[in-house]
Amino acid sequence: MTSIKDMTAIAGIGLTEYSKGTERTEWSLASEAIKLAADDAGIKVKDIDGLVKDIDDGWDCSYVQKTLGIDNLLYSSESHWGTSSMLNVVTAVASGTANNVVYYRSRKGATTTRRSPSDYRVAKETLDDSISILRIDFYEPYGLATPQGCAAMLQQRYMHEYGITPEQMAGVIIGISEYGAKNPLALYTDKPVTMDEYLNSEMTVAPLRDIDCAPGVDAGIAILVTRTEMAKDLQQTPAVIMSAAQGAAIEGEFLTGYNQEKMTDFPETMNMAEELYRVAGITAKDINVAQLDDRFAPLVPMQAEALGLCGKGEGAAFCGAKSLPINTAGGSIGEGFMDSNRIVEAVRQVRGTSTSQIDNAEIILYAAGAGGPADGLIIRK
Amino acid sequence: MTVQYTDKPIPRPALWGIIYRSSGSLWEGVKEEKFLIQKCKDCGKILHPPRPMCPACHSTEQEYVEASGKGKIYSYVTYNKSPHKAFKAPYSVILVELDEGPRVISNTVDVKPEEIEIGMPVEIAYEKIDDELTLYKFKKAG
Repeated sequence: MTSIKDMTAIAGIGLTEYSKGTERTEWSLASEAIKLAADDAGIKVKDIDGLVKDIDDGWDCSYVQKTLGIDNLLYSSESHWGTSSMLNVVTAVASGTANNVVYYRSRKGATTTRRSPSDYRVAKETLDDSISILRIDFYEPYGLATPQGCAAMLQQRYMHEYGITPEQMAGVIIGISEYGAKNPLALYTDKPVTMDEYLNSEMTVAPLRDIDCAPGVDAGIAILVTRTEMAKDLQQTPAVIMSAAQGAAIEGEFLTGYNQEKMTDFPETMNMAEELYRVAGITAKDINVAQLDDRFAPLVPMQAEALGLCGKGEGAAFCGAKSLPINTAGGSIGEGFMDSNRIVEAVRQVRGTSTSQIDNAEIILYAAGAGGPADGLIIRK
Repeated sequence: MTVQYTDKPIPRPALWGIIYRSSGSLWEGVKEEKFLIQKCKDCGKILHPPRPMCPACHSTEQEYVEASGKGKIYSYVTYNKSPHKAFKAPYSVILVELDEGPRVISNTVDVKPEEIEIGMPVEIAYEKIDDELTLYKFKKAG
């Protein structure tokens, strides 16, 4: 069986301005980000022949194609809920289906609360037994009405199972915010969070603290992938994709896998990690830098455990000890919620352009979808 | 802590039960103060959340059996600010592990907030919201 290992590389990254409020549309942000990714790689926009959108993105590939002036799309698809699905991009390129495939994400997270067209409405119209409907039928009548509440439920159980203290939980966000403070793009972390600040911060849904939640940002991001041998001839140092994988598990739900045998184990991430390391031919011990899903900071230690970076119950202490650099640009906590901003930072670590450059950054892990369908990447120089 | 409602309509599962068809029978039962849990008619596996096929034997035939209504608090959260106009904060949301195995989201009835803890035994209590809607909730086990 052929392997996707090392066949593809990230050749270009495109980021629009990050803001706490823009008049521009997501369509405009997506279009600009994709153009910037092509410019960064040094290819013509017309040479992009595949697009992968985030399922939460409002603008279908065909709209973006109209603004970019791309004649044909040999490949287009969208991600699984809660993931960025770089696997779609990688397999499209590795299989030879398309040559230059871009994953894009545009979101006005700071100024809108819209639900995407692929959310509940579609299930309603089709009378589908969509898993999303569980929220409406079984959670919302009881006031479990926000993703924050759904994540806090996981956090409470996790802290109980392993006797994690709020002080230990603080270590997660202190570490991430120290990196964020050095990154001028991290609009939401001017300075590192202190222990006192953490312990005195508000809890809209206890035990989750408001400071634990990634704020919304208005931005567009695009990641351009091509074959590794092509990437070597382009203008940036290629970030070679050693592995890409996704993971799902029975009784999985987006942030609410409450009927999984042990919900704090994040079985989707465990399944994803097993495949991710197998394809790359490495183990968790070989990872030098990690870019983990920090939509809600307490998900980070649970995720670190599921990824095998540390033992069960050790995640919070592991993050606090900073033995492995995690979210070196401040993550979504610092830059605002866009999973793909952590892919961008993984690429910066390969290129040597991070504001917190890690000396031995040889193998970098990216993971998304903590507490639900998961995906991940391992990249190297 | 027990949820105090405002005069605004709360999110209504019964309406959605028609749409998410598999859960319709469960909510019909709750109206009559029975907690009907879905079970595979062929292999007997308890199915919750309800679904149109058994993941163990792939049967598409289900039946509903009355659950004991007993369980333990598996996790909980407390909303200090209301996320929805129907609910007055603060209130707690609990995740109950039923004796039959499945875990369900609910609220407590007549439990002081400081009393809520993981592992606490609870039993089902019904709260009639209006003529069309009854919700299953949980009180301290007697």
